[in-house]
Formats: sequence, C-alpha cells, structure tokens
Amino acid sequence: MAGKPILETKALHKRFGDHHVLRGIDFTVEPGERVAIIGGSGSGKSTFLRCLNFMETLSEGEVWLDGTRIGVERKGTVTYPEKQLCQVRERLGMVFQQFNLFPHMSVLDNVMEGLVTVKRMSRPEARRVAEAELAKVGLSEKHDAWPGRLSGGQQQRVAIARALSMQPEILLFDEPTSSLDPELVGEVLRVIKQLAEEGRTMLLVTHELGFAYHFATKVIFLAHGVFHEVGTPDEVLKNPRQARTQDFLRRFGEFAF
Amino acid sequence: MDYAWDFGPVLGRFDMLALGLLNTVKIAAVSIVLGVLVGLVLAMMRLSSRRWLNVPALVFIEFYRNTPPIVHFFWFFYALPVMLAISLNPYVAAVLALSTQSGAFYAEVFRGGIVSIERGQWEGGRALGMTHSALMRRIIIPQAIARMVPPFIERSFELLKTTALASTLAYADLLYQAMMVNAETFRPLEVYTTIALMYLVLLVTASQLARLAENRLTAYQ
Repeated sequence: MAGKPILETKALHKRFGDHHVLRGIDFTVEPGERVAIIGGSGSGKSTFLRCLNFMETLSEGEVWLDGTRIGVERKGTVTYPEKQLCQVRERLGMVFQQFNLFPHMSVLDNVMEGLVTVKRMSRPEARRVAEAELAKVGLSEKHDAWPGRLSGGQQQRVAIARALSMQPEILLFDEPTSSLDPELVGEVLRVIKQLAEEGRTMLLVTHELGFAYHFATKVIFLAHGVFHEVGTPDEVLKNPRQARTQDFLRRFGEFAF
Repeated sequence: MDYAWDFGPVLGRFDMLALGLLNTVKIAAVSIVLGVLVGLVLAMMRLSSRRWLNVPALVFIEFYRNTPPIVHFFWFFYALPVMLAISLNPYVAAVLALSTQSGAFYAEVFRGGIVSIERGQWEGGRALGMTHSALMRRIIIPQAIARMVPPFIERSFELLKTTALASTLAYADLLYQAMMVNAETFRPLEVYTTIALMYLVLLVTASQLARLAENRLTAYQ
C-alpha cells in the first residue's frame, strides 16, 4: 500500500552541542498509518517526534508535509519563517508527557484557545467545538474546572481534546502516559484507541509496549539515533531480527500482548 | 521619664503634615507608574537576544543595584542640571530618581516573572500554532503577572519608604513637613512619632489593598 506520504523526513540530524542525538533519519508516514516509536530512554525518540513539528530545530535534513518542504532555503542556509511553522504546527496536533495545559484558563478555555487565537473562530462557535471535543474524551462535566484541580488522567484527556479541536491531520503523542499514576493510564489509552479506530494518522512515542502492539500499524525501534528496526507490530515486537531489539524487549520483561 | 507629652502643638499643625502625606502619596504614585514604564522597557531589552539591547539594560540595572538611593537623588538634583544647563525643581528630580531606581528593580521583577514560566507552557501554545506574540499575550504574560505581584508589591513598598529621601531636596513630603513642624514647635518626640504612625497607617492600608489585588490575580493557583 504505497500511497502518497503525508509526512516525510530526509536525512534528519539533531545535535545538542556535541551530543549527536539523531543520525540521519529517513521516514515516511502515509495517511491513516499509526506509528509507534519505541526505544530506551535517551534514544532520541521524543526528540525525533519534536523535530516533526519544530519544537526542536533540525540540525540537518528536511521535513516534508503533504509534499511541501518545510523551511526556506537560500544560499545553502535554511530558515524557518514563524508563519510557516505556525501553519505546520496547526496541522500536527501534539500531546505532551506533562500535558502542558494552561493553568490560568478553565478546561473549556484551554480547548477553545487555539480555535479563537489561531483559527480566529468566534467564541460561540469555538465553544461548540470545544464542548464536542470534551464530550468525546468524557469530560463534559469539567468545563469550568481549573486544570490544576483535575487528576493527571483527566488533564491528559483535556490536552487530547485541545489538540483534536484544531482538526489536525496528524496527531503526535509524546509519551502521553509516562507521567501518570498506573491506575490512570487506562483512561488515556482508551481515548487514544478510540482515535485509532477513527482512522486518524498518529505517531506515538511510548513505553507501553503492549499498547503499542495493539495500536500500531507500524513499529519503529529507535536506538543510538537511528531507526534500528522497522516493521509491523508482529515483526518488531514478537519476532525482532536485530539483536539490540531483542535485548531491549527482554529487558522490558514479560508483557502481555 | 519626666517628659510631659504634648501633642497639642503638633496636632494644631496637622494640616502641614496632611499636605506632606499627600505629597508623599503623589510622588510615590507618579514614580510607580513611570517606574513600571521604565521597568517594562528594560525588561524587554534584557529578554532580547540582541547584545546591543541586552548589555545597556544590564549595566543600567546593575548601576542602580549597586549605588545608594540618596546618591541618585543628589545626582538628578545637583548634577544633571549642570550637565544639561537646566534647572530641575525638587519634585521633578525626586521623581526621576525614584522612577529610574524602581524601574531598574521592576525590570528584574518583570523579567523574572517571564522566565519563571515553564518551557512546557511555551510549547503547549506553540504546538497549537500560536505566534510568538499571541503566545506572550495569551499564555505567558497572564501567568507571569500572577508571579510578579508579590515581588512587585515588595518593591513598591520599598519605593514608598524611599520617598522620604526627597526631603533632602527640600521637597515637601511628609518627612520634610515634619521637619518644618518641628522647627516651629520644638517637639521632635511628638512630631516624629506622629509621622512614623502616619507612615505606618499608609503602608498598612496599601498592603491591604495589595493583598486584595494579589488574591484576584492568583485565583487559579
């Protein structure tokens, strides 16, 4: 099923000072694909995801969205105009490990913020959209609450509603359950699963290997800044060919698929 | 102690002290407003990544942090007029001294408030596609203000007390008026006790108002 990629990276490198985190990554996502990115801590998997919507600036390489290269190249140097990055980020919704909700706004205002400020929607219209998104993640009763008063799981569901409200073409999840208490992980994964069933294009960086197995159409094992192994969940998680992947999965212990 | 307290002569000239109090409040209010403007400009310069903006602001702030406030009063009253071949009245000189001093400190309060906002807040807004200016206006500054309020109030109280130095330039603030009353009555104990109490009432009232403002601005925390 070689369709037209919606998102693509070419020879992507990222350095933090002397630390060469990503070492030339070529990557494509087609519409409807769900990609799980796994790997040890410090392997660069979050950095990779954050390069896609320019939360981090690339050291080298290219990001293409829907056939258009991001950035403007002039005399060999690439610049990234703010306007273009804003448009890219609008199309790529992101959900963070630490939620990053706006604590000075109510739950409803958090979800309305992008609609009003970025999409220039009228407040009543934004309110309708936000209410619908909050209903979808099961938080209709929490409209007026301050985010700080919610549990971690509820906060993350608000963050998902906030990302969804912008009607993004691709959703990026950066370890969405890693800072949650174990009993709250399920409610967030259920919402993500529901989004998967809608056929959305999604990228998920995660340590929840069991979830990744059921969620993903493609699994990527990232190690030492390169895609060490790429394949279907069965290929990568059940029958890994690379010794390093096998080793990683063994260290994660038994997990039920 | 055999001293016979007598507030009569002092209270008989209370109108002089009331005028002094009024002038103290006036000079403080004007200097806070101007100081905020100076502070905003300096804070923006400090937050800029351009060295030609950043360094002069840093020098200005460090200068004020490391020199005694009374020197600033004398400089603006006696030195600046020589340099510019103009004359400044005590009120203008005192306002200049107070607003530049407080501006230097407010700048650090404002900058500190902005940089204290977690990276995640910037990223949360950026990920929605917000421009830098929208992000500042909608996400960063509203939260930063809540954090700036306590140090801002503290600095403003400092300013309010520093206004007493304006008396050295013969500006008719509360302290200066007290000196006048004392010269007429020879009752230093009563005079200075009275104005100490007046300062106390002024500052306690101001702190109550400040607390109200603080509670409103930080309701979400």
